[in-house]
Amino acid sequence: MSSHTYTSLLYLASGVLLLSAVGIVWGRPLRVAVRLLAAQGAALAAIPVLGGAYRHDWYLLGVGLAVCVLRAAVLPGLLARLVPPPVGLTDPREQTGAGERHETGPLLGTSASLMVTAGAVVLAYAVGQPLVALDPSPSTRAAPVALAVVLMGVLLLVTRRRAVSQIVAFLTLDNGIAAVAFLLTSGVPLVVELGASLDLLLFVLVTQVLTARMRVKFGGTDLGELQELHE
Amino acid sequence: MLSVSGVAGMVTQVVGVAAGAPLLVGWMRQVRARLEGRAGPGPAQPWRDLRKQLHKQNITPDGTTVVFAAAPVVLAGTSLVIAAIVPGVTTGSPLDRVGDLFAVVGVLLLGTVALALAGLDTGTAFGGMGASRVVTIAALVEPTILVAGVALSVPAHSSNLGRIVATTAADPGLVASPAAALAFAALAVVVVAETGRLPVDNPATHLELTMVHEAMILEYTGPRLALIEWAAAMRLTVLLTLLVNLFVPWGVAGAGAGPAGLLVGLGAVAFKVAALGTALAAAEVFLAKLRLFRVPELLAGSFLLGLLAATTSYFLTGPAG
Repeated sequence: MSSHTYTSLLYLASGVLLLSAVGIVWGRPLRVAVRLLAAQGAALAAIPVLGGAYRHDWYLLGVGLAVCVLRAAVLPGLLARLVPPPVGLTDPREQTGAGERHETGPLLGTSASLMVTAGAVVLAYAVGQPLVALDPSPSTRAAPVALAVVLMGVLLLVTRRRAVSQIVAFLTLDNGIAAVAFLLTSGVPLVVELGASLDLLLFVLVTQVLTARMRVKFGGTDLGELQELHE
Repeated sequence: MLSVSGVAGMVTQVVGVAAGAPLLVGWMRQVRARLEGRAGPGPAQPWRDLRKQLHKQNITPDGTTVVFAAAPVVLAGTSLVIAAIVPGVTTGSPLDRVGDLFAVVGVLLLGTVALALAGLDTGTAFGGMGASRVVTIAALVEPTILVAGVALSVPAHSSNLGRIVATTAADPGLVASPAAALAFAALAVVVVAETGRLPVDNPATHLELTMVHEAMILEYTGPRLALIEWAAAMRLTVLLTLLVNLFVPWGVAGAGAGPAGLLVGLGAVAFKVAALGTALAAAEVFLAKLRLFRVPELLAGSFLLGLLAATTSYFLTGPAG
């Protein structure tokens, strides 16, 4: 793989990473958010895979494939089970917890969120400049993109109210952090990466069980209703 | 420097847009009709409509001023000027050097404002409503065009449209960059909004309350209506040409091309615009009009895409590239 192709593909992957995060901020349907999360995971996995193929580093290639399986298939697959299929495809009598298909009543409207995102991207570039200046190379040049994804994840965590959106937001944040690591240091040690991934998997599994329990108990997962104790 | 080739290319462009615009609109309606299972009137129907309108009487509503009478002429004039500037057939148009992206946006806005003022001038409720909606959309659309334009002009080191198209034609790899993809998405939304297509505005609506563009021109009849319809078709054609040539510039004649080059350029741009129009019309079959209050969300999204395009093109293809 030539240096030019590697750079173009790397920038394409970071572009997809950024675009999927923007899509998650933009869209209300949870099903779309989960699909975008899968695309984001694939784009994230492409970064170490490309790096491994470019430098003939089989170890990095393996890490990339593991990341791909976990973040593009397993985690979104687990989340997709929490979102009911679209109206019309299911028997209306079987529907439980109506309104769980969409993010309802986020604390910040769509237009305002998009504007804040725009500000976050510019901030990430401004903050990322010293990092890039340390060691200017194609992959560090893309690091501000990953920082922007981190900031968008924080924004989503703060403003979304549904449990599924919260998980999506957390995973976006974590994807951003992992992307920063891959872009700046060409990968963390395998043990650390495995530990973080296992944590992530456990987190999603626990929250999935918790969400299902909440839905059975209260009929919904609006976090606004969890602020005070109920009998 | 006035070159014969440039002038010939410019004349070809203007004539091509003027004659082809109603055909493009007719073609898009025909595609839509076929996909909806109707026979459709054929692509030449807008020209027949225009001929019919031209034979009708001009009516000036009571109380309207020169603004009402001048708006169709201003709109058609600005459309023709943009048709002369935009690199459609050739990049060597003699007006190209004075008309960069920012000038084109300004001229485009001039036509929009003229029509909005005419809508207000009639003093009817629908005219004012349409004008306010159009101005709302235009105010959100123009920054997006400018930001996306900045993104595109970074690789070419010039905001000149001819230079941008020539640079992209010389280096096809630029099209695949994330900046170009983001800018394309932003500009596509903007073109849809600016030309009043679904999901921002429904050009086939008969319900006044949902109208945007049509509400402003409710009071026009006869030759003036014909002029407005023709100018609106030209705006659509010119914006689609701009969109398609900024991102797929193959076939555009260079600065010193001969008659054969111009003919190839004309054929290529006609084919590309027809293909894009077909895609747009086919996509519209599956779309419903967006609620007016959600249009700003769509346009804010496209502004964000434009901003991302600008930041990525500035930072990712930096000095060391």
